[in-house]
Amino acid sequence: MADKKINMTNKETIAASFSKALKSFGVSVPILLGVVLLLGLFKIYITPELISSIFTGNLFRDTLLGSIIGSVSAGNPITSYIIGGELLKEGVSLFAVTAFIAAWVTVGVIQLPAEASILGKRFALTRNALSFIFSILVALATVVTLRFFT
Amino acid sequence: MKSDKKDKTGQRNKNLYYGFSFLGVVIILYIVLFFFDSENIYLSLYASLQIIIQILPVLVLVILLMGAVNYFLKPRIVSKHLGKESGIKGWLLAISIGILSHGPIYVWYPLLKDLHNQGMRTGLVAVFLYNRAIKIPLLPVMIFYFGIGFVIILMIYMIIASVVEGIIIEAVEHKTVARRKDA
Repeated sequence: MADKKINMTNKETIAASFSKALKSFGVSVPILLGVVLLLGLFKIYITPELISSIFTGNLFRDTLLGSIIGSVSAGNPITSYIIGGELLKEGVSLFAVTAFIAAWVTVGVIQLPAEASILGKRFALTRNALSFIFSILVALATVVTLRFFT
Repeated sequence: MKSDKKDKTGQRNKNLYYGFSFLGVVIILYIVLFFFDSENIYLSLYASLQIIIQILPVLVLVILLMGAVNYFLKPRIVSKHLGKESGIKGWLLAISIGILSHGPIYVWYPLLKDLHNQGMRTGLVAVFLYNRAIKIPLLPVMIFYFGIGFVIILMIYMIIASVVEGIIIEAVEHKTVARRKDA
C-alpha cells in the first residue's frame, strides 16, 4: 500500500517535471519562431557572393568586417567554413576569415532578441559584445601562432 | 539573469509579451517584403520551414532534457556541479557539454535558464554558449578547408576565450549587484 503511494507520487513528480519543462519551453516558442523566420529571410537575401563582395583588401578593416559580418550572419557553422574557404581562395586574409568564422557562432545578432528575453538583457548584451571582441583577438592569436609554427 | 521565484509568473508574462511582439514585427516585415518581392518571401518561408524540420529533433531532446533536469537535478546537485562551489570541474563540465551539445544555439536558452535558476553559475552559461562554436562532427570539414594546425590552434584559443569571457561576465554581474546594494 505504502509502495503504491510512493509510486503514485513518483509518477506525479515525473509528470509535473515534464509539464514544467513544457510550460517553460512554451514561453520561448514565439520568440524562437521569430528567430527562425528571420533566419529564413537571411538565408535567401544574404548570399555568399554578397558577403565576399564586401571585403576590401585592407587587413585591419577586413578583420573588423569579418567579425561584423560573422556577427550578423547565422546558420550552420559548416556554411561559415564553406564561405570562409571561398573567401580565402578569393584572396581575403586569414585574419578576416578566422574572425568571420569565430564570430559566426559566438556572436548572434539575429538570436539576440531570444537570448535577451530568455537569459536576460544585460547578460545577452555583455556576452555578445565580449564575443565580438574575442572573435578579433582569437583571429589575431590563431593566425600569429600558426605563422610562428609554420 | 533573474532567479527570483516570486516574480516568476510576471516574468513569464513579460517574456510571452516580448516574444509575441518580436514575432509580430517579423511577420509584419514578411508582409511588407511580400509586396515588393513575393517570390523571395515564398523562398524565405520555405527556408524557415526547412529550419524548423531540422531543429525539431533537437527541440524534442531539449524538452526531454529540461524535464529530466527538473526531475533528477535538484538545486543542490546543480549547485554542486555547476554552481559557485563547483570550481575548476564546473568550468571543465561547461566546456565539455558546450562542445558536445547539438543543434542551433537558441534552442538551448530555455534549458540554460532553468539550470541557472537552479544554481548554475552565470559564467558557466557563457562558457557553454561560447564552446558551442566547437563541433566535433564538423571538424573534418574545417580541417579540409583550413588545415589541421589551424583548427587545433583555433580550438585552443576559443576554449581559453570562453573561460576569460565567463570570468569577465561574472565580474560584471558582481559589480552590478554590488552597485545595486550600495544604492
